[in-house]
Amino acid sequence: MRSLAPRSTHRVVGSERVGPYTLVRIARGGLEPGVPGQFFMLDAPGRLLPRPFSLCIAPPGELGFLVDAIGPGTEAIAALEPGDEIAVLGPLGTGYRLDVDRPLLVGGGIGIAPLPYLAAQLGGEPRIVAGFRSAEYAEAAAILPAWTEVVVEPTLVTSCHLEGWEVLACGPEPMLKAVAVLCPTAQLAWEAPMACGYGACYGCVVEIDGALKRLCLEGPVLAAARVNGASDKLSQAVEATA
Amino acid sequence: MRLLNASGCLDALAAPDVARALDGFVTKTVTPLPREGSAPPRIAETAHGVLNAIGLANPGRERFLAEHLPRLRELGVPLWVSVGGFCAEDYAETCARLDGIEAVELNLSCPNVDEAADSAAEIVAACRAATKLALYAKLSAAHPDVAEVARAVAAAGADGLSLINTLRGTALDTRLRPVLARGSGGYSGPALKPVALHAVRVCAEATGLPIVGMGGIATGRDALEFLACGARDVALGTVLFSDPGAPARVRAELDAACSVAGVASPDDAVGLAKSPETEEKVTA
Repeated sequence: MRSLAPRSTHRVVGSERVGPYTLVRIARGGLEPGVPGQFFMLDAPGRLLPRPFSLCIAPPGELGFLVDAIGPGTEAIAALEPGDEIAVLGPLGTGYRLDVDRPLLVGGGIGIAPLPYLAAQLGGEPRIVAGFRSAEYAEAAAILPAWTEVVVEPTLVTSCHLEGWEVLACGPEPMLKAVAVLCPTAQLAWEAPMACGYGACYGCVVEIDGALKRLCLEGPVLAAARVNGASDKLSQAVEATA
Repeated sequence: MRLLNASGCLDALAAPDVARALDGFVTKTVTPLPREGSAPPRIAETAHGVLNAIGLANPGRERFLAEHLPRLRELGVPLWVSVGGFCAEDYAETCARLDGIEAVELNLSCPNVDEAADSAAEIVAACRAATKLALYAKLSAAHPDVAEVARAVAAAGADGLSLINTLRGTALDTRLRPVLARGSGGYSGPALKPVALHAVRVCAEATGLPIVGMGGIATGRDALEFLACGARDVALGTVLFSDPGAPARVRAELDAACSVAGVASPDDAVGLAKSPETEEKVTA
């Protein structure tokens, strides 16, 4: 049982385009950045429910979140301007284990979001592979360290010789499932529609260890062996509730 | 006035500090057998409310009593146990096994369970025979005459009413498919407030029973309106999803709202919103 950090209001200090995405930076205030892979619930102006985001960058005095504006909530967050205020709850959930000897960070699309902070916390120059659906989307790799290997469809991240590495991945469900087959010990960050982020709504269940469990408490980062594939409808649902 | 959570909108074991900020914690509905609940996706936000189809996920009566209830007691918060089932005996057997709690809330109206419950009054009567605990009947406003249901459960021995449960709703995605795996779910949030205020007002007038009012309460002013319509206590639901600090905030706002409305305290506001028609009846 972990205690919940209070929800607090923060000033937006920056909002910049990163390829097709928007990096929203807020004043850190009393927020802890948490473990890479943990997430924060950001209020979406004009909407009833907040939206979950993993931490992308943690420069001094700030926290930055990478937003893919694909629905009314994410659009409202991406439209925030410096000086606006936003309520934030977090960090929440279970992040990546960092006790890995030969880390390989794998991101797909907006799933690259937690990798910059993850790479910074691991230290050194961990190997990073990022996959995108098009050259336009690949412009988002600008947020990643210079040594990142970038691939664009039809080339997939799974063709990048992942075997033998300790993989820490985040991306769309088909990518995570493919990574799990190649690297059964991988740590995978999943996503699911979420109303609260702290175990209250029971909305974000995924099949974990053979039963429907709340992703916000068990995950979002889970050992590959624990997840037998989420519902096939989950990716659609994430889009429909963004 | 007591401030509670709406059943299914808070896990006190996952967020004990939120539960401790309330005057009572209402559990998720407990059914005789364990229920894994509905397949995901289970949540859909709409313009003015939230749809959920959780499907009464719960550990079942035996595990609830053996594992969950003892841990909930350690929180030191008065407990309300929400009881569900598919026939009057289901409800009554669970009631008979409960003691040392503040109240039982009979979930007579969960929209996510396909099996129709027997009549509300029959369930309440069976539970009344099974326990001396305070029995609150949670009703839906989907019934064309909720006051009639309220009178029936009052006659069957209910000590109070919880008003209202969610209403059924559907949301579609961009390609016109239902967002929820179950197709439809329970609709909650601000859109429900006028419906809930009406149900509270007519049921208070029809029965005089104590009422826990809920349905779209997000601010202290909202809570005050429920009291004015005749609720004795209020519960927070959907607002807890976005704001786990809502209990303390709503309390603070409630005091301010009382000043603005010119009432001395929340309890003094109970029942103030009588309709002119009702006042005529009362004075006649």
